[in-house]
Amino acid sequence: MVFFIITIIKLAIIAFVLLTALAYLQWVERKVIAHVQVRMGPSRVGPHGLLQPLADVIKLITKEGVIPPHVNKFFYLGAPFLAVFMALISISVIPFGTEVTLFGYTTKMQLADVNVGLLVILAVSSMGVYGIALGGWASNNKYSLLGGLRSSAQMISYELPLSLALASPLLIMGTLSLREIADAQSGFQLGFIPKWAIFSAPFPQIISFLIFMIAAFAETNRIPFDLPEAENELVAGFHVEYSSMKFAAFFMAEYANMVTVCSVATLLFLGGWHPLWPVAYGSNFVAPVVLFIAGAVCIYHGLNPARPMDKYTLPAFGVIFFLLAALMAFPPVIPVLMPLFWFLAKVGFLLFVFIWIRATLPRFRYDQLMGFAWKFLFPVAVLNLLVTGFLVALAS
Amino acid sequence: MNGLPVPNGVPISWFLLLSAVLFALGVAGFIIRRNILTVFMCIELMLNAVNLTFIAFANQHRQVSGQIFTFFVMVVAAAEAAVGLAIILTVFKNRETLNIDEVNTLRN
Amino acid sequence: MDLFFFLLFAIIAVVCGVNVIAQRHPISSALSLIGVMGSLAVLYLLLGAAFIATAQIIVYAGAVMVLFVFVIMLLNAGAEERTGRRSLIAQIFGIPALIGLLGVLCYFVQRWFPNAGVVNFDAWQGGSAQNIGYSLFTDYLLPFEVTSVLILIAILGAIVLARKELD
Repeated sequence: MVFFIITIIKLAIIAFVLLTALAYLQWVERKVIAHVQVRMGPSRVGPHGLLQPLADVIKLITKEGVIPPHVNKFFYLGAPFLAVFMALISISVIPFGTEVTLFGYTTKMQLADVNVGLLVILAVSSMGVYGIALGGWASNNKYSLLGGLRSSAQMISYELPLSLALASPLLIMGTLSLREIADAQSGFQLGFIPKWAIFSAPFPQIISFLIFMIAAFAETNRIPFDLPEAENELVAGFHVEYSSMKFAAFFMAEYANMVTVCSVATLLFLGGWHPLWPVAYGSNFVAPVVLFIAGAVCIYHGLNPARPMDKYTLPAFGVIFFLLAALMAFPPVIPVLMPLFWFLAKVGFLLFVFIWIRATLPRFRYDQLMGFAWKFLFPVAVLNLLVTGFLVALAS
Repeated sequence: MNGLPVPNGVPISWFLLLSAVLFALGVAGFIIRRNILTVFMCIELMLNAVNLTFIAFANQHRQVSGQIFTFFVMVVAAAEAAVGLAIILTVFKNRETLNIDEVNTLRN
Repeated sequence: MDLFFFLLFAIIAVVCGVNVIAQRHPISSALSLIGVMGSLAVLYLLLGAAFIATAQIIVYAGAVMVLFVFVIMLLNAGAEERTGRRSLIAQIFGIPALIGLLGVLCYFVQRWFPNAGVVNFDAWQGGSAQNIGYSLFTDYLLPFEVTSVLILIAILGAIVLARKELD
């Protein structure tokens, strides 16, 4: 009974944090792409455009939800729901940190510690194909059908190198539970190199990491693999007939999938919530120092404001960062918050890489995309698995 | 139903019954339906029913061999689905119909 | 609690199964079949076959059925039309006969396996990836390799059958 109540509380917290994070991930994306393209990005709605996601949500909710008369209503309405459903289920098995003890109750920072957690994520991402395929077909429109079919074919083609790239570090770790995979990467070899999978002993899993990231770009329909949903090809692809909240649902599903693949990459390859160098050499000071520097930069720019409003908002952000830095330096809180900080830092870095690549690369043509999956990525993943298996067998 | 066993577990026979019901539904669909794709899906339904029987017996005898058999059934079903759908595509290209009642001549 | 979960997923499986054969449009049948596979996957999980349950979702519901859905979308399969050639006997006696047959089946299954044992969910977790992997690569190595060849033949067959003729 206690377990039930604790799980519901965790569910509420994670759902709230996740949905807010998805909305603000879109803000981050727009700002980063804007600054890469030497422009400002959203800057009018609220200080530095921070209320832009709120404005977008209000706009999408209050927009007229047009349901065209020629669509197959059941599948048209069900497809975005299915996409979001599958995207959010995969978040439930991802561990964010270690076990915490609050008010006498011990619980893990994870919603469901399943001992085949990695397979659950693969299963749910296989089911995520249906949301897009059905959305494209139900719209009763040549362009969305083609976009939906192309997107589904791309997603199932790239699932193969994704799974093979995931199988290689599993040979080294020997378990399918995500928490145990992250814990198998704790500790340090040679004193200061962390035992993450990309530095691990029999065979550093760097190739697997790269293959996984490339396949993850294709699985989440991000540039350079986003031909099926691009706005200037195929008239926006499979979501051309969708408006307002249903369109928002597809995009929320895409961002949630991005968060899932970045979390899986962090857990399998970058060591989860374990720090980059040992605590004995001061890795617990990284969080307060980084936040302090962020606060100092904000206050400095607040003193020489580029815009009149910055005289008030930037120092306010600076003070918030200083408070966070003080929180992270507070000893009783460190065992709970420090793993969470490292996990979020790594996931945040990978999300930044996703956004960075979106701002930088052009997109592939469809036949180049499929040829790349079957003729290059899949054989390389198989070879990588063979070499890893051979070296693991030699080492044991 | 009298003779109902202990209520704090599920009798194995109920799993076998569920499997039999699903298999019977698959056979019924296979015979009744005329769209070739639906007929194919009823074949997959029958295979799933058989998988459930294997897993139920694997649990009862506490051996993992039943699950290995299920694994092979799934692999064979996947291979059969791939080839079968390719055949359906070819038949559709030549006969322009998905109705199995109309594919009943040996030559055009 | 076990009984509740079993009944819930068994009823979902049977309702989706009836839907597979009763729906007119093949895509509704396909989605109902995915529902059957999902509820069966939960039952496998409760019977201690965690790996097979997730393999069912990944391979069967997530790849084979996607293939079906693709073909339905590509061929633009429409809903079947009803023809009026049904016999009166089948229409009146069809469903009662089916229920009667199922009742007889229930009776015989209960008769033949009266002490067949009770499944308590969570009592046996022997279907972990380790056990299956061990069994698959030691006792059943030959069938495993043969199925790899089978899949290769299936790939070749599908490619040859579905390619355009070079004229």
